[in-house]
Formats: sequence, C-alpha cells, structure tokens
Amino acid sequence: MLWNTLLLALRSIRRNLMRSFLTILGIVIGVAAVITMVTLGNGATQSVSDQISSMGSNLLMVIPGQRFGPGSGGAPSFKSADVDAVRNQISGAERVAPVVGTSATVVNQANNWSTSVTGSTSDFFPAGNWEMAAGRVFSETEERAGKAVCVIGETVREKLFGRQNPVGGEIRVKQFSCEVIGLLKSKGQSAMGHDQDDIVVMPLRTVQRRLVGSQDINMTISVRGASSIDAVKQQITLLLRERRNIGENQDDDFRVMDTRQIAETLTSTTKILTMLLGAVAAVSLLVGGIGIMNIMLVSVTERTREIGIRLAIGALEREVLLQFLIEAVVLSSLGGLVGIALATGASLFLAGLMGVPYIFDPAINLVSFLFSAAIGVIFGFFPARRAAGLNPIDALRHE
Amino acid sequence: MMSDSALIRLSGITKTYGRGQAAFQALKGINLSIGAGDFVAVMGSSGSGKSTTMNILGCLDVPTSGSYLFQGVPVERLSRNQRTLLRRNFLGFVFQGFNLLARTTALENVELPLVYRGEPAAMRHAAARSALQQVGLEDWEGHSPAELSGGQQQRVAIARAIVTSPAVLLADEPTGNLDTGTSREIMELISAFNQKQGITVLMVTHEPDMAKYARRVIRFVDGRVERDSRDEGGV
Repeated sequence: MLWNTLLLALRSIRRNLMRSFLTILGIVIGVAAVITMVTLGNGATQSVSDQISSMGSNLLMVIPGQRFGPGSGGAPSFKSADVDAVRNQISGAERVAPVVGTSATVVNQANNWSTSVTGSTSDFFPAGNWEMAAGRVFSETEERAGKAVCVIGETVREKLFGRQNPVGGEIRVKQFSCEVIGLLKSKGQSAMGHDQDDIVVMPLRTVQRRLVGSQDINMTISVRGASSIDAVKQQITLLLRERRNIGENQDDDFRVMDTRQIAETLTSTTKILTMLLGAVAAVSLLVGGIGIMNIMLVSVTERTREIGIRLAIGALEREVLLQFLIEAVVLSSLGGLVGIALATGASLFLAGLMGVPYIFDPAINLVSFLFSAAIGVIFGFFPARRAAGLNPIDALRHE
Repeated sequence: MMSDSALIRLSGITKTYGRGQAAFQALKGINLSIGAGDFVAVMGSSGSGKSTTMNILGCLDVPTSGSYLFQGVPVERLSRNQRTLLRRNFLGFVFQGFNLLARTTALENVELPLVYRGEPAAMRHAAARSALQQVGLEDWEGHSPAELSGGQQQRVAIARAIVTSPAVLLADEPTGNLDTGTSREIMELISAFNQKQGITVLMVTHEPDMAKYARRVIRFVDGRVERDSRDEGGV
C-alpha cells in the first residue's frame, strides 16, 4: 500500500507540474535566503576576527585617558621613561614600542598623499605583526639620532611611487625629506574598515622633533606567547597606576586595551548583524510559506473533487491522506534541497565577491530545511485532511 | 414480501438535511428491493429524492433512518472505512460530470480502482486495456480527459467503473451532459454490460428515452416512490 501510495503521490506531482513548481518556489526562495544571509554573516564575522588576528592577537595598547579615540581628556601622557619601566619591569611584555601618531602630507616628485605618520622604534614591527616586503627597518643608531628615514606601507608606495621599487627613494614630509629604507608587506583593511597599509613609520625621535614637537607617546606592547594576556594587563595597570600616583579610590586615567577585546566587540557586532539579516531572511521564508498556503488553498477546489473521486471509487480516507502527506513531504523536501543547493551556490559566489570566507553552517541548513518541510506539510496536508473527511458526494459536488 | 435473495433491499429509508426549522426531508420512507442482474432506471423531477437514494445505494451517503441491506449486509451499521471497502469491491460509479482525474491519461484513470485494490502493475495494465477496448477506446489510452470528447470521457468513466467487474453499476444521469446520438451509444454500452456480464445497473435519468433501456422504472415524487413499473419487453 505504501509503495502504491508513493507512486500515486509522485504521479500527482508530475501531473500538476505548475502547481508543484510554484509550491516549491516559495520554499526554495525562503530557504536559500535564510541560508545565504546567515552563511555570509558568518563569513563576515570570521573575516573580521581574521583581520584582528592579523594585528596580532597578543597585542596590548596603552593610551592615556579613559576615552576610546583621540584626546587624553586631561590625563597626563606617557613619556619614554614609562616605556622603559614597562620594558624592564614586566616580564610578560615581549616587545614594548612607544608610538606617536600624526597625519601629514607626503610628497614624491609630482605625487602627494595624505597619510598617517607613526613614530616608533624597530620593536613596532614585530609587535604589530608587520613583515617586510622589501628593504629593512631602521637601526638603533638611526633611532637614537632621529634620522630622516622611513618605512612605508603598500598604499603609500602605490600613491607615491606607482609600481616602482620605493626603497632608496626619497619622500618629503612637511619641511624635510626622508629616505625610504623599507616597504611593509600589505595587511589590507582593518576590522574597522581603515586601510592598514596607508602608513609611514619613522623613528620615534624623528617624528617627535620634526613633526609633533612633543614628548608624548602611547605604547604598543606585545605579550610573550606563554604569558596570560590578562595577567600582563593587570601588571601593567598596577605599574602605571603607581608611576602616575593614582590613589586606591581613584579610577585609572589611562587604558590598556587588548586586541582580543576589540575583536570581541567587533565580532559581536557582526554577529548581531548576522542575526538581523537572518531574521529578515526568515520573514521571506515565512512569506514563502504563505505563498505555499495560497497555492494549496487555490487548488483546494480541484483537490477536493479529486479526493471525492478517489473516495467514491474505493480509496480509504487514510490512503488519500497518506498520498497527500507524501506529496507535501516530497515537494517540501525537494524545495528545501534545491534551496540549500541554491544557497550554497549564491553564498560561494557572494562570499567571493565580498571577500569573506565561505563557512558551511550545518545547523542553519538543517533548521531552514526542517522549517520549510514543516510549512509544506502543514499547508499541503491540512486542506487535504479536511477534504478527505467529507462525504465523497459532498467532495464531488465541491465548487 | 420480496424475496430474501434480493441484492439490495431498502426498508423505511429516510433522509433529512439540516436541523430544526430549516430541516428538509428529502426521503420520506423508501422501500425497495432490487434483484441481481436487473437494469433499473430511477426517474423523477429534481428534488424528488432520486439522487439522494442513489447516493445512499452507492454508500456515498448514509440514511437518517431505515435499513439498507446489501447482499444481506446491513450497510447502516458499517463504518466509513467498511463502506469504502464495499464500494471498492462491489460497486462501480458513472457520474453525469464524468469525474475523471484531470491531466491523467485514460489508461491511468481506468487503472485507479485497481491501484486501490492493490493489484500488481502488470495485471492493472492488462485489465485497464481490456476495459478500454470494451468501450471502444483502445486507441485513446494515452489521452487525458481534456483531449477527449464528452462521449469519450464518459466511455472512460464506464471503463473505470466496470474494470473491477462490480456487482452493481450506479450511473447518475450518465447522459445528462451528452447529445442524443452520443447518449444512445452510452446507453447501448451500459446495456451491453448489463446483459453480457450480468452487472446490475441502477441509473438515474430524467429522459424517458434513456429510461427505455431499463427493464424496470422507478418514479420518485417528493421523496417517495410513486410508481414502480416493469417493462418485461425491454429494449
């Protein structure tokens, strides 16, 4: 009986191709939308955390003040002595780089480009996970003497030198000219969307003397692999509180941020976005479901007559029901599978387009598949159940 | 008293539609006995109760009261499923509106009752082809109802009704939607199944010309049997 009923159901699907197609279409679109959105969202989250780890996942940044962003809010800045103190007293700190940042227009021949200029020591490069594409970083002598040398990022190279090798070339920054001694390997966009390669790095003294004219610095500290970031953060906080004479009841007037924290903030943002997109897509799945319901209800007159014929010539109510149930399950599953296939294709394509990784998420595939199947079964089966409960003669007369 | 060997016996059948003030009594006590192999035409104006009686005889509807014995079995005591099985095994139906499955070939339509009987595919095909041949449509088995004329569709419906070799063929105005010429062909066909295969035929009609094919004519008026006449001469 089961086999016969299955055959009847498949025949009925084949016979009503248009109706079957429209039924499937709603599910396909809904399932594909949900899976694609969530998959792309997951990819974006992954890509954000990848970019953050490109900054170095063991990085601490120390800035004066409590606010995130420029301006110290009246809190005293850090000096070179603070850098030395951290370097000498915190065993978990692998590299401690003083950092001074400013922006400046840099010029090479006819090309000029406004970029950010960072003053630091050679510790800046390993601490920030930078690698060299060409040339070298500055030497200790150059640091001490505050020589006019610089290492530039890929974007600056492109704007000032085009495709030429910049190493050995000269750029003018404000009043002085500066020899390019190295080129950084490209890191691409940061998690916050700014171009990390748009950078010029000079020795700390050079920037302090010639560009900013102050001794104020921030610190970038890389933590030794084996040490706990939280412990090192704690130690640095205690040390700096002591050096800045902050009483026990007073709040810190500086911040020690670690990249993991930033990563968590940003990935939680993209996760929320993913959920939002998923919710929007779920609405489309629901709309697809309502579409299915519509088609089923429109065809209910025809179906009711068909059920009447089947009952009259000797089909049991349960045989008719089983046939319609199988029909609904087959259609919905088919729609779900096509939707998953479509979503995989679309996700792969769009992930490539957006430059985010494609991550297969089995849970969302399964959930949307089951949901679509449930919709199909409910809306396909229940009108049929009502019809199969009629007297055959009433079903036959149904208009 | 009628003979106990009657295939069908109705006694005191009533049928009421609706309740209370709106209640309408369609059948006001029908007593009927039909022997095996008979060809009975049921006549009457619309609303006379003839179709209601046919639906009860065909186990498509249940009476409000009264008793219906089919081959000695009290049908009113059967469950819905048991009535379905009775239809499946003993009854064949031909309707005024043909009631074939749309977008389904003639052969598949004829096979359908056999599918529900659980017959194997090879047997189904053979029986359905043979039934189509008996109604003269052996060359049309691959056509869907939309590709067939009204007369052809009714032939397919007849083939579907007799493919199971039923004890009773119930025809509800089988020629109601057909022109005179085609109606005669259909009646010849039904008549032939009655005579050659001994299938009992119960037919509702309001055309006296068609009733002439029957051996017995029962006339309904206002929910009662008004006249029950036997024309031994037949056609």
